Amino acid sequence: MSPDTTPTASAADTAEGRTAPADTAAERVALVSGGSRGIGAAVARGLAAAGHPVAVGYRSGEADARALAASIEAGGGRALAVAVDVTDAESVDAAVTAVEEGLGPVSVLVNNAGVTADGLFLRMDEARWRAPLDTNLDGTYRLTHRVVRGMVRRRWGRIVSLSSVVALTGSAGQANYAAAKAALVGFSRSLARELAERSITVNVVAPGPIATDMLAAVGEDRTGALADAVPVGRLGRPEEVAAAVTYLVGDGAAYVTGAVLPVDGGLGLGH
Amino acid sequence: MNRTDIVDAVYDACVEILKVDKADLSEATAFADDLDADSLALVEVVMELEERFDLRIPEDELEGVATIGAAADLVAGHLAAA
Repeated sequence: MSPDTTPTASAADTAEGRTAPADTAAERVALVSGGSRGIGAAVARGLAAAGHPVAVGYRSGEADARALAASIEAGGGRALAVAVDVTDAESVDAAVTAVEEGLGPVSVLVNNAGVTADGLFLRMDEARWRAPLDTNLDGTYRLTHRVVRGMVRRRWGRIVSLSSVVALTGSAGQANYAAAKAALVGFSRSLARELAERSITVNVVAPGPIATDMLAAVGEDRTGALADAVPVGRLGRPEEVAAAVTYLVGDGAAYVTGAVLPVDGGLGLGH
Repeated sequence: MNRTDIVDAVYDACVEILKVDKADLSEATAFADDLDADSLALVEVVMELEERFDLRIPEDELEGVATIGAAADLVAGHLAAA
């Protein structure tokens, strides 16, 4: 494998080749897992608006993911929808390869795919315990591991993982989910230390209650109570979380790594 | 594949990843002490060699691979076993 060092070669020429560092957002391909709806969709839109080519990862939301990619392209950006089940290593490998071939090497990874499997711990069997760990934590491992080598070789990268306010406050009925989300902090900070010298930052965004399908599933009474508990007095919007991710991915945040950035209306303040 | 070819491949990997001059390298060259390579860079060199020779070198075998000669020995061992 010979290095491609001609200044005019684009980063898309070879997926892992050593090319000149990508200098603009247009050359920094972003992959957003769980991008078909909710926070992921807002993140995909936000990154596209900032100039990044965006791969919208979906598991079951194919129609939504394709519609989102199409609307990004219609707006002058570059996007594609890619099937990825983060609980399956082969799916992850195939998905990243598809992104490399369709848009270019992944320089920005947003680990957003996540599930809840709520229930009181007293009755939480092993399958229920594992479900959020497998998707939220192990899925983050699989996706990150698959793209990090390319970032190291190209000496630039942004890895942002979506944690949650409950990672540090805890949440009754969410011992499994909160554990998975908290684990992302230790993971991200360790990776931040390992990869800092390659200009790869690794950060965490910790949203509070955000108006999405995932939150609607807990019912109106509970979301109302949640909104009241938030100092800002309302649920957050997916776009507000996306704004934090866009900031962390930009050149302006090159000196920010290992950070946990809350977007929670003050719900978790004190950590 | 003779040992000279393997050593040459290690030199090439060092040149590409560590941005050093091939003329400055010998089998005795130490990655950390002579080339200022951090652990991440050493892993990159090994991955480059894995790709070039279509090998998979287990993590624990990288322990103590301090010089170019040692890296060449590691690769040669795996090629012989392959």
